[in-house]
Amino acid sequence: MAKYVIKRNIKDNPYLVAGLVITGLVLLLTIVGVFWTPYEPTAMNASQKLKGISLSHPMGTDNMGRDVLSRVMYGSRITLLIAMGTVFIGATAGTVIGAVTGYFGGMMDEVVMRIIDALFAFPSILLALVIVSVFGTGWVQLLVSLGIAFVPSFARIVRGEVLRCKNMDYVANARLQGVSDLRMIFVHILPNIKGVMASAILIGFNNAVLAEAGLSYLGVGSQPPYASLGKMLSDAQQYMFTNPSYVLCPGIVIVLMVLGFSFLGEGISRWK
Amino acid sequence: MKYTLKKFVSMIVTLVVVSLCVFLAFNVLPGDPAVRMLGLEASPELIAQTREQMGLNDPFLVRYFRWFIAFVQGDFGTSYSYSVPVAGLVANKIPITLTMGLMAFVITVLISIPLGIVTAKYENGILDRIINVSNQIVMAIPPFFSGILITFVFGLILRIFTPGGFVSYTEDMGRFVRYLFFPSLAVALPKISMTVKMLRGSLIDEAAKDYTRTAYSRGNNTNGVLYRHVLKNAMIPVITFLGMALADMVAGSIVIEQVFSIPGISRILLTSISNRDYPVVEAIIMGIAVIVIVVNFLVDVIYRIVDPRIGIE
Repeated sequence: MAKYVIKRNIKDNPYLVAGLVITGLVLLLTIVGVFWTPYEPTAMNASQKLKGISLSHPMGTDNMGRDVLSRVMYGSRITLLIAMGTVFIGATAGTVIGAVTGYFGGMMDEVVMRIIDALFAFPSILLALVIVSVFGTGWVQLLVSLGIAFVPSFARIVRGEVLRCKNMDYVANARLQGVSDLRMIFVHILPNIKGVMASAILIGFNNAVLAEAGLSYLGVGSQPPYASLGKMLSDAQQYMFTNPSYVLCPGIVIVLMVLGFSFLGEGISRWK
Repeated sequence: MKYTLKKFVSMIVTLVVVSLCVFLAFNVLPGDPAVRMLGLEASPELIAQTREQMGLNDPFLVRYFRWFIAFVQGDFGTSYSYSVPVAGLVANKIPITLTMGLMAFVITVLISIPLGIVTAKYENGILDRIINVSNQIVMAIPPFFSGILITFVFGLILRIFTPGGFVSYTEDMGRFVRYLFFPSLAVALPKISMTVKMLRGSLIDEAAKDYTRTAYSRGNNTNGVLYRHVLKNAMIPVITFLGMALADMVAGSIVIEQVFSIPGISRILLTSISNRDYPVVEAIIMGIAVIVIVVNFLVDVIYRIVDPRIGIE
């Protein structure tokens, strides 16, 4: 068959363009926030309470006269870091569990997958609440509990893929060459499922941002005076009528964060 | 029958696994319940006596079974902070959360299935594109933020409902359901988008299969093929998804109750978590887990009715 090259043009893929632009903007806001914010995120100013959008406060101020933009720049860092940590824990543990159970099978597979299935059927927000209620509130507990809550979905995906791959010719070939089981899993099989992993990680990242925001909104995440975006929204809600920008700005940043990554995912899947 | 039995056994196994995890999480990990009940200043003799009374010296499995049997009989223990039986605390709140979850589910089904069919039928048309882009956007909005937006637009500007004006189902069923409509919509929105996206993909996949061409060649028109043949097969993955979504929506109601200040299980769950009132947390978590697991079982059974091929292996 003739080898042909598909001409790829980024202009034909509006999803990818939109994803890159939106994600770029959110990351820029967050990264700049690490080095510089217009005001100190915790600095209060009694004369500037609940001001709307203005040149000196592009996102207005909150009920304590703190600059919302500075707080959003700080809060998006917390949200992004927790989401990244969650996906890291979930994907690493899930990959190991899924790969090992899928590869070896047998009794251990049955037992572990029953537990994973039970956890999977259980809404992740509740699982996180169980863990937070046993170990207390705070961003570390939130990170660990969300991480654990995200293990089952990764484990199931990886297990399915490993089951599909383990009877393929290249695995049989490697086995004939005397490759050990562990090397087989991590050097031969896993690199072949990285496409599936990449999309699972992107989707997982979005779910993690949403779950973190939801739990912080409930007040079990990072504690004041620093706040993640979800916590800011729950603080802001009661001032919705007096100063809508205080609610809308953090909310829109969460939406853009998730939207950027989901457009990226959609764009990548249409790229091929 | 064999299939249903198999699924039933699997449901029981899952229930046991989950209840064991919950028991471990709340009765073993957090330390000695006797110390928790009496406080740290209590004398060692009193603690030993209470431990004996509470049966904490028995082997782990005996304690688990005693706890499990009490749970099945509706005895969830006594709340630490309110000193009243947990069952009474939770009983009148569960119907509220459950109604919200079910309403969200009904809204999801009623809106997403017609939309999914339309997008697939007019694939790549203008309507399809608009719905696809708005799907992506709706999925990116956390339900509590859409709840806040709904309160703002429908509550404060259009004044269609009064935020905070919750009416209990014991007083007025009609107003209760009407107040829950907007919160349920907030829970349902992201699920609607996901279902539409899924049904669309599934319909398009099925429409490319051979039996579709056969159905056309036998003289069916597009609607005939779609509703008599393609839709039935395309619904199978969607049903699985909806089953899982129902569980998620019941859990998602917890967050939304906070937004709309609805006195469901959310508030008592959150205060109990911050007070470390474990019997209450435990009862609520187990209650939701049972609902989730039973729903999953029912979905498996319905699945079999929709697609008789599944039981044959």
